[in-house]
Amino acid sequence: MAIQQVRQFPNDPTTMIPLSAYVFVSAVLFMTGLIGVLVRRNFIIVLMSVEIMLNAANINLVAFSHYLDSLAGQLAALFIIAIAAGEAAVGLAIIIVVFRGKMATNVDEINILKW
Amino acid sequence: MMWLLFGYFATVSIVAGVLTVSLRNAVHCSLALLTLLLHMAGLFVLLNSEFLAMVQIIVYAGAILILYLFVLMLLSLKTEEQHLHKKYAFMVFGGMFIFVELLIFLLQSPFGGKKGEATPEVILQTDHSHAIGLTMFSDYLLLFEIVGIFLLGAVIGAIVLTKAPTKPENGHSTSTAIS
Repeated sequence: MAIQQVRQFPNDPTTMIPLSAYVFVSAVLFMTGLIGVLVRRNFIIVLMSVEIMLNAANINLVAFSHYLDSLAGQLAALFIIAIAAGEAAVGLAIIIVVFRGKMATNVDEINILKW
Repeated sequence: MMWLLFGYFATVSIVAGVLTVSLRNAVHCSLALLTLLLHMAGLFVLLNSEFLAMVQIIVYAGAILILYLFVLMLLSLKTEEQHLHKKYAFMVFGGMFIFVELLIFLLQSPFGGKKGEATPEVILQTDHSHAIGLTMFSDYLLLFEIVGIFLLGAVIGAIVLTKAPTKPENGHSTSTAIS
């Protein structure tokens, strides 16, 4: 199938999904990630919830870039993916260091810096 | 057809997100996160950004998630009895509050904006990755370089952090006593 048939043109009203649908999905996912950060006690899963929030932001950026005919949002989403990779690497390294010392990944027990 | 695909991808990603947050076993959580990421790549395809969908699958599902699973296997965590915070009802309420606030702002928003030049017809003349590459290496070159430096810093930081701690020499304390 030619790519012209697969692609969805935004000015075609029959196949058009409103922008607000994407924004709603992104808002729900962001809320899920936020609640996950607040609720979970395992540090690794807290990091996973941060990834969910970053992905929700990505959907928003890509949806707006699609509906406004611009590539800026997609570029921003690409950079967000790169930042998420770095954040995951450093965060997991910190988890390994803390686990080596305290044998715990519970965020309530990691309070070395508290005074 | 478009609505069917959108409904499928959106529903599955939301359900997978909720499962990621609520499942007890950490490995199951990461598998739910994998489902979420793959279906989000489907949403990106629906939004005409195939390159981003591929990057999502390769980088997120292929690299980041494998890193998470690797660390989970390395730490060999036991499943805790209480995997949620003690006062989690307050937290859920707070999250819901922020969500309602977000929805109120969204319902007031006109979703308007200045249209750019990259219409689908323009992109179709060459290629999506071609267009992304042209934009990235012309208008966003500085950002690209900054992200490169950031990734280098992250790599060095991860290596330095996870280096096995050396034995402290007798007499004076070493600076590598992080753990």
